[in-house]
Amino acid sequence: MSILQSLRKMLRRNSELHDELQSHIRMAIADRVARGESPEAARESVLREFGNVPLIADITREQWAGLWMHSLLADVRFGLRQLWKRKMMTLAAILSLGLAIGSCVAAFQLIDALFLRPLPAVSDSGSLYALTYSRKPTEYLPASSDTNSYPFFEHARDLVKSKAELAAASVIGQVDVTYGTDAGMEKAHQQSVSGNLFSMLGVRPALGRLLTENDDRVERGSPYAVISYDYWQARFARDPKVIGRTLRMDDNVYTIVGVAPKGFTGTEPGTATDIFVPAKMKPSFLYVNVLPYRVFVRVRDVPVKALGDELNATYQHWEDVRHKGFPKNLLSPNATLSLKPAASGASLMQSDYALALKVLGVLVALVLLIACANVANLMSAQGAARSREMAVRTSLGAGRARLARLVLVESAMLGILAAALGLAFAQWAAPYVVSQINPPEDPARLLLGMDWRIATFSVLLTVAVTMLFGMIPALRASAIRPVSALKGGEEPHGKAVWMQSMIALQVMFCFVVLFLGWLFVMTEVKLVGRPIGFVPQRLLLLYTEATTEQPAVKWDQMAAALRNVPGVQQTALEDWPLLSEDQRNFQISLHGEPPGPTIAFFLAVSPGWLDTMRIPLLDGRDFRDADVTPNVALVNQAFVKTFFGGRNPVGQSFQVAQPFHGPGWHPNTQYGAVFDRDIKVIGVVKDVLYRKVREQITPQVYFPMHRLLAAAGTPAGTLQKMSEEVIVVRTSSDNVNQMSAVLPRVVTQTDPGLRVSDVVTQTELISDQTVRERLLATLAGFFAAVALLLAIVGLYGVLHYSVVQREREIGIRIALGAELANIARVVSARMFLTVLAGTLVGLAVAMTSVRFVQSLLYGVTGTTISLIAIPMITLLAATACAAVPAVLRAVRINPVIMLRAE
Amino acid sequence: MAKSGYQNRIELLQGTLDMLILKTLQWGEQHGYGISQAIRASSEEVLQVETGSLYPALHRLERAKWVSAEWKKSDSNQTAKFYRITALGKKQLTADYDRWQKMVATIEGIMRADPSEA
Repeated sequence: MSILQSLRKMLRRNSELHDELQSHIRMAIADRVARGESPEAARESVLREFGNVPLIADITREQWAGLWMHSLLADVRFGLRQLWKRKMMTLAAILSLGLAIGSCVAAFQLIDALFLRPLPAVSDSGSLYALTYSRKPTEYLPASSDTNSYPFFEHARDLVKSKAELAAASVIGQVDVTYGTDAGMEKAHQQSVSGNLFSMLGVRPALGRLLTENDDRVERGSPYAVISYDYWQARFARDPKVIGRTLRMDDNVYTIVGVAPKGFTGTEPGTATDIFVPAKMKPSFLYVNVLPYRVFVRVRDVPVKALGDELNATYQHWEDVRHKGFPKNLLSPNATLSLKPAASGASLMQSDYALALKVLGVLVALVLLIACANVANLMSAQGAARSREMAVRTSLGAGRARLARLVLVESAMLGILAAALGLAFAQWAAPYVVSQINPPEDPARLLLGMDWRIATFSVLLTVAVTMLFGMIPALRASAIRPVSALKGGEEPHGKAVWMQSMIALQVMFCFVVLFLGWLFVMTEVKLVGRPIGFVPQRLLLLYTEATTEQPAVKWDQMAAALRNVPGVQQTALEDWPLLSEDQRNFQISLHGEPPGPTIAFFLAVSPGWLDTMRIPLLDGRDFRDADVTPNVALVNQAFVKTFFGGRNPVGQSFQVAQPFHGPGWHPNTQYGAVFDRDIKVIGVVKDVLYRKVREQITPQVYFPMHRLLAAAGTPAGTLQKMSEEVIVVRTSSDNVNQMSAVLPRVVTQTDPGLRVSDVVTQTELISDQTVRERLLATLAGFFAAVALLLAIVGLYGVLHYSVVQREREIGIRIALGAELANIARVVSARMFLTVLAGTLVGLAVAMTSVRFVQSLLYGVTGTTISLIAIPMITLLAATACAAVPAVLRAVRINPVIMLRAE
Repeated sequence: MAKSGYQNRIELLQGTLDMLILKTLQWGEQHGYGISQAIRASSEEVLQVETGSLYPALHRLERAKWVSAEWKKSDSNQTAKFYRITALGKKQLTADYDRWQKMVATIEGIMRADPSEA
């Protein structure tokens, strides 16, 4: 029977008992009236004879089964009345606890969705692992990564065939998909997978078939696609006739052969795959230097560690071969391969947000502790006010346990109400945070729904919170000594000490939250405020592609044509935008010497690009139409400093340590060959940020969009054709969005062979890079404000309480002629000492915690005086604010009235 | 409080109330008020059942399944909870009465004994 049912049954029995006793009384009265008594007299004597009705009901109820439930219900009723009586305190407690519990649950929901929830529809996810590579981080390489090349996957798969099954899945990418005509181009998330991925994961089709190892046999031999259930539902309304439909995507025509089971959306928590295709449908499966594949391992009955070691040995040998001929001074040590559990998949979002989520989790937990301390203090103060009630109850024979239960039931109700509010808050907060993670055009997709982990967490959290704020007040209430309490009270000194230590804890937590919040806010401020070297406002980036490769002059004509559109100021071409995280880099060599360890970043741009971007030319000249790659280049200041020692490089030449244009470059090329063609520097430009807003200024080389075709047998001076470029447009008005609708149409009208696949603004690209920092700054700032508010309320409450407790003492002091400053000191001196102590301990904790969050910070170090001073001053100022009302109350005590009242 | 009403009345022995209730119900189903009136009448006003004992006893008997209860209209057209003795209750009544008789006989024996014989 459910609790609700038995509760209902109990309430019914109660009302039945009431009816039964009333019917007894009515019948007795009726009898007496029939015997000739007046109704009033009859009623009076019946009631006298009957006795105490509620008491009789009570002792009758004692005969029922489930007695504990009745007394619990009585406690609940009593508790609700108590809470209702103190509406303001109850409301404050529920709001602060609810907000804190909700934040904790929301944080846990995110952690659950990203790290704990097993991949849906996958069998035995516990035995699933992924390859991960860890190394000492360098300027260009992160401390850990989890992708590798397809050839390595095949190599490793065949080597450990008997011990484990390996399957590969590429990083999920957004691609253009066409069903039918080009006009109906749409975006979808695509993942290239090895044929055995589905069978290895134990995933079964919802419709048709999934990919198999047969789809892995021949290059471009299996143009088959599997779509996800969600995509099937959203795009095809679950039409079973979807099987056999064709779609165009990355120069292939695929036939849809099946639908993946409900819930399965690929292997990356945070991103959902719409379309799965065989890895061998793309040339990248041949490249050893292109690393888009995550490798998943289903370990059979062998020790995981031993298997990891064996795979690592394979990997070391593989890397040594791959780097053969690579200049030794450029090589960083190989990474170490290991196996990590991958029951919930593997994604970039996991590694990007692991630390940030942990930090947020700690911040909200601290806020929760602050809220708990607050409520515990409020309840203690209430407990003091209720000490007489408790004393009376003890005198009447209530046991300690019963009294403790009375207070605990009240706390539990506060806890449950707060948890209910918190869960409602979390249901809003968690999706909100997820919606902030990715750029709006490609939102993160996380399964946030309730599962048993979230339910367990919420229940345990509520119980723990109730215990935290309710246990000590309950024990104190039950430990009451009736004699002294009824006499009117000894000084509750123990209570004051307990409240002071609560305050010290609160202040300590609050300082930590304030300090970390401040660090994250400053990080964002510094990052957003960082000069990037060009003017990103009013820049529109048109990702444009050609149906078939177009001659360079066609692209020039398109850029020129767009200049005539009203509202367009300037246009230029570039291979990819700055700060899009796309990049290409090479080693630089001077006079044919072996290249040094520093690499330079390259970008092909058209004449006028510098001006469009507003990048100042410091020396020499900009490109002209006649300039071609690889004859001439522009370099930046960092390049001059690194490679020319600051001397004027205009007119000088350099070489690159790899062919960087034309079909000569292949992703399988061995590193190291110095390309002996001289590249002449024709100008020097100002430094800009090339890849990331966080990175150091790097040496940069710009080369002309017109590239000489280097293949043998072509006439000298032939230019390469181009299939995709980015057209940069500087608009004359701030209303960039309006132009973003117009320009793609103009492009296709001007030249039907060209098509804009994507339009973004340069500012969007930049803000996409600081999403995590913005999120952390917003949330940490918010929680710092909440923590501060709670601390102020707590300080105010305790000060107020201590003034009320010490009214007599203060009154006597005033009567004896104490001055205002003196009274203020008496009231608040101990509080300030407590706050100071809490702050100092908090400072120590904060200082030690800084190094854990260092990788999330930018341009701030925890030990800077201003970074410590601002949270400290804020906290002390808040303490002062909280003290003012209590001090005012103290100095306004009128000793005459107060002493007369005693 | 008026004490007079309690004069000439005998306090019920522990455990005998259950037996009296069950006996009363043998005449037919009855509500709480009716039971107390019936006991009072058949004891010629000597036994007065306190409501504070009657209702706990009724609910105890109901829980032990010696009586069952039902809401009905009474003769005076009042809705009341009527109790009815069950088969189990009848068995219990026989057992209770046997024990009672034994106890009465034993006490009787003690009371009639000549102190000089001891």
